[in-house]
Amino acid sequence: MQRKYLFYFFFVSIALTFIGRLFYIQVLKEDYKLSALNNVVRVEKVYPGRGLIYDRNQKLLVGNQSAYDLMVIPAQVRINDTLGFCELLGINKEDYIERLSKAKRYSYLKPSIFMKQISKGDFALIQEQLHQFPGFYPQKRILRDYMTHSAANVLGFIGETNERYIKEHPEYELGDLIGKTGIEKSYEDILKGKVGVNYRLKDVHNRIMGPYQNGAYDTLPEPGLDLQSTIDIILQEYGEKLMQGKRGSIVAIEPATGEILALVTSPSYDPELLVGRRRSLNYTRLYRDSIDKPLYDRGLLAEYPPGSPFKVVNALIGLQEGTLKPSTSYTCHHGFHFGRLHVACHCGTNYPIALRTGISKSCNNYFCQTFKSIIEKYPTAQEGMDAWSAHVQSFNIGRFLNNDLPTGRRGFVPTADYYDRAFGYTGWKAVSTISLAIGQGEMLLTPIQMANMTAAIANRGYYYTPHIVKGIGGKPIDNPQYTEPKYTTIDSSHFPVVIDGMFDVFETGTARGSRLESITMCGKTGTAENPHGQDHSIFVAFAPKDDPKIAISIIVENGYWGSRWAAPIASLLIELYLNGEISRPEMEKRMLQGDLSEEYAKQLIEKYGESPTDSTQHEAQ
Amino acid sequence: MRRSSIEVGKIDWLTVLLYFGLALLGWLNIYAAVYDQDHASLLDFSQRYGKQLLWIGTSVLIIIFLLLLDGNIFQTLAYPIYGLSMLSLLAVLFFGKEIAGARSWFVLGGFSLQPSEFAKFATALALAAFLGNTERDLSLWRNKIIAFAIILLPAALIIPQPDPGSGLVYLALVLVLYREGLSSSYIMVGIGMAILFLLSLIIPLLYLQIGLAAVAGLIIFIGRKIRGFWLRVVGLLALSLVLVNSVDYAFNNILEDRHRNRINILLGKAHDPKGIGYNTAQSMIAIGSGGWDGKGYLEGTQTKFDFVPEQSTDFIFCTVGEEWGFLGSSALVILFSILFFRLVHLAERQKTRFARTYAYAVVSILFFHFSINIAMTIGLAPVIGIPLPFFSYGGSSLWGFTFLLFILIKLDSFRWQTL
Repeated sequence: MQRKYLFYFFFVSIALTFIGRLFYIQVLKEDYKLSALNNVVRVEKVYPGRGLIYDRNQKLLVGNQSAYDLMVIPAQVRINDTLGFCELLGINKEDYIERLSKAKRYSYLKPSIFMKQISKGDFALIQEQLHQFPGFYPQKRILRDYMTHSAANVLGFIGETNERYIKEHPEYELGDLIGKTGIEKSYEDILKGKVGVNYRLKDVHNRIMGPYQNGAYDTLPEPGLDLQSTIDIILQEYGEKLMQGKRGSIVAIEPATGEILALVTSPSYDPELLVGRRRSLNYTRLYRDSIDKPLYDRGLLAEYPPGSPFKVVNALIGLQEGTLKPSTSYTCHHGFHFGRLHVACHCGTNYPIALRTGISKSCNNYFCQTFKSIIEKYPTAQEGMDAWSAHVQSFNIGRFLNNDLPTGRRGFVPTADYYDRAFGYTGWKAVSTISLAIGQGEMLLTPIQMANMTAAIANRGYYYTPHIVKGIGGKPIDNPQYTEPKYTTIDSSHFPVVIDGMFDVFETGTARGSRLESITMCGKTGTAENPHGQDHSIFVAFAPKDDPKIAISIIVENGYWGSRWAAPIASLLIELYLNGEISRPEMEKRMLQGDLSEEYAKQLIEKYGESPTDSTQHEAQ
Repeated sequence: MRRSSIEVGKIDWLTVLLYFGLALLGWLNIYAAVYDQDHASLLDFSQRYGKQLLWIGTSVLIIIFLLLLDGNIFQTLAYPIYGLSMLSLLAVLFFGKEIAGARSWFVLGGFSLQPSEFAKFATALALAAFLGNTERDLSLWRNKIIAFAIILLPAALIIPQPDPGSGLVYLALVLVLYREGLSSSYIMVGIGMAILFLLSLIIPLLYLQIGLAAVAGLIIFIGRKIRGFWLRVVGLLALSLVLVNSVDYAFNNILEDRHRNRINILLGKAHDPKGIGYNTAQSMIAIGSGGWDGKGYLEGTQTKFDFVPEQSTDFIFCTVGEEWGFLGSSALVILFSILFFRLVHLAERQKTRFARTYAYAVVSILFFHFSINIAMTIGLAPVIGIPLPFFSYGGSSLWGFTFLLFILIKLDSFRWQTL
């Protein structure tokens, strides 16, 4: 055998080995192609401007500002000068290690946010030196820019998606900003727009070298649509001002449309607190404030017994059922007496009064009689109760509004079933539930339900579901849920006498101190008993009487009685909304200076040790 | 003796064609490897492709010079050239400039030279002169020792630079000795040692020793009828045990961490794609991403954006793999293989033992470079930094290989005159 053949053998076997190996890694295996793509292609999300939010008069409430998130891909991090990097970002080394290990826990290869929401100015400095630190790159983010210090509860705030949310909404990524509350949440799909994606080539130093495939796969971001809110920001701001130092809420609705003009909860917070680098700190502070609960929207979530304003509804039911006539008279003997049962009354009359006066004087006896005759019209108390309950529910009480506000409560309207269970026997009578006659007892309404009830009265029998947005992308909304009226079970013919009674409340009745010459207001004071402290001051009103432009419900927690706080505040708001100015500076000053914090502190001391939570709100069982 | 002149008809044009083909393909790939739009001019001498063009141009001058020389001069000057080369290797250890941790370079002005690249053809000449001079018999111990000394001296001088890769190249010359009569048992022992070497890295020492003893016992049992057989087997076993123990010792005590890690990664004992295994991982990504027919010339993202280190020198094959795909890289493997077959053909047709030995030395060195370089880029060998002949960027390397190959072509064209 010639020895050259060993050489030939080597040549052939090496060549075959190489070609085989090349075939394996180049043709058969796909991993390397993917790795190569991962090496050079960086997917950059281009966030669109979030839709802007205007008030009903086209005043800009929420705009956008840009900031930067510093992103990190842990697998690509190669930092020699950790100290220099920390100095650049203004963090210490422990912080750096913690942030990096947090990113690693999420994913070694996928980008995570290393530092959030760095302002444009701060970022310019960082950008210059960033190329020295492979594995880090900036991502532009759109932040909210608030033009008002009010309406935080209405507008809501945006925050980062969490892992649970991504699981349900795969189109989002961890750290994307989404609406968490308010309009931001309920109109997320409209406001968010469409995220654009840029595929960029990068080199080993993480420098951008140009578009991938000449941008063939890139998509442009589409900005979100602008929203026109139903809020009148001037009214809203004024409402928040008047509620300073008091707990409670204001809900104002335009009866002709169901548009929410103002939705005030107090205490609230400045929406700007939840923007930028200090956001998480501020959020934690607001979230943990279990005394003031600034994130709790009382206008939508708190449930109260409606108190006297509900007498109006009982009157309407009596008229509809035929058990009450406008002329029906009852004589009050300091209250309603039935056997051993006694419901006190301070109406101050001791002569027969008819319906109109009954309302304006808020006579407890009158409405106990009214309620009793409604229930007793039917053969059994159960049937009477269910008939009554159906009427009440037609005012959208005891069920969700199903509107464009992300939170809400049902409220509560008792039924015959409920009392059968509550009493444990079926032999109960009308008088057993007599506190419903004056809006006390088991009933619970949220302030927005109270405002809606008032709007239905102002409209003489129908309402539009209260909603917070009136225009999307420059076009008025056309959702029939908001544009079609919903009728109560009460005929419109029964309303005038009741409305006259509410008119008298300002003229001669319980709210005469809040009367205004230039506007015909109708209203009803309320004083809801509260087992935890002073009674709540409640007031509902609408104006003008014959062409209602605004219906309003106000609750000042522990405000003693209706005409003390709620009625003057309602009167001032109506005046501002309809006349555009305030003619009663004395009243305004008194309301602005009104501060119930001593009362709240007292309550806290009384409760201390009993229950750690604030239980001034009544929860439905 | 006749004065020499270039006899155009006698030159092996196929080899020359392969040489220029490879050099130009190499240049195209160097251009692609360092390509960026800011420096797109072909003759930009601040860029590597510009310089390489210069090296190719000067190589042509070297070729003309070599072909014009008298064909006998190589045998005459073989020892002086070898001596000078060894002196330069010695000198570079003391006066060389340290670049990237290795003292392998002389720097004169803006011009640097790597003497180890020129030691290859010098050693090949010396080995050929030694074996070709008086029909030396390689079965004599004296001749064996001198031949091995010629081969190992440059290796011994180069490894401490440190440049173990370039030092290892000389081992390839053992193949030449085989061709010239060295007993095939040396090759067998070499292969056996290589296997034991690998085994001792993969298998824990204790198990390996037990395993070897068991195999030896089995062999003794089978050949128990043969007189004295067990003695030889025991001798071999003892040698094997010494070898595996010394490999283990060397691996753990003499090798530096980086070498140890490279070997461990290749053996699959360590996985570290971001650290020491980065080069191999990125190189395989680049080649693997080329797919069937590549991404197209200048379209290779991995090489263009510097993911592969040393991509114009030791890892130039990545550019081929990424931009020309399986078809292109296989074609290159075949092209090199054709060159090797052709060179063996040239070697066998030489009339003198000097020329034949030299030719085998050339093919052995080139083949070793080719095998190790490509095996390294596709993850079949540890990262040993040696260039791909004619292809990789580098003046010294191209010139050294040009000398190596064209001395052979000169000898081949001259063979008619030595009758």
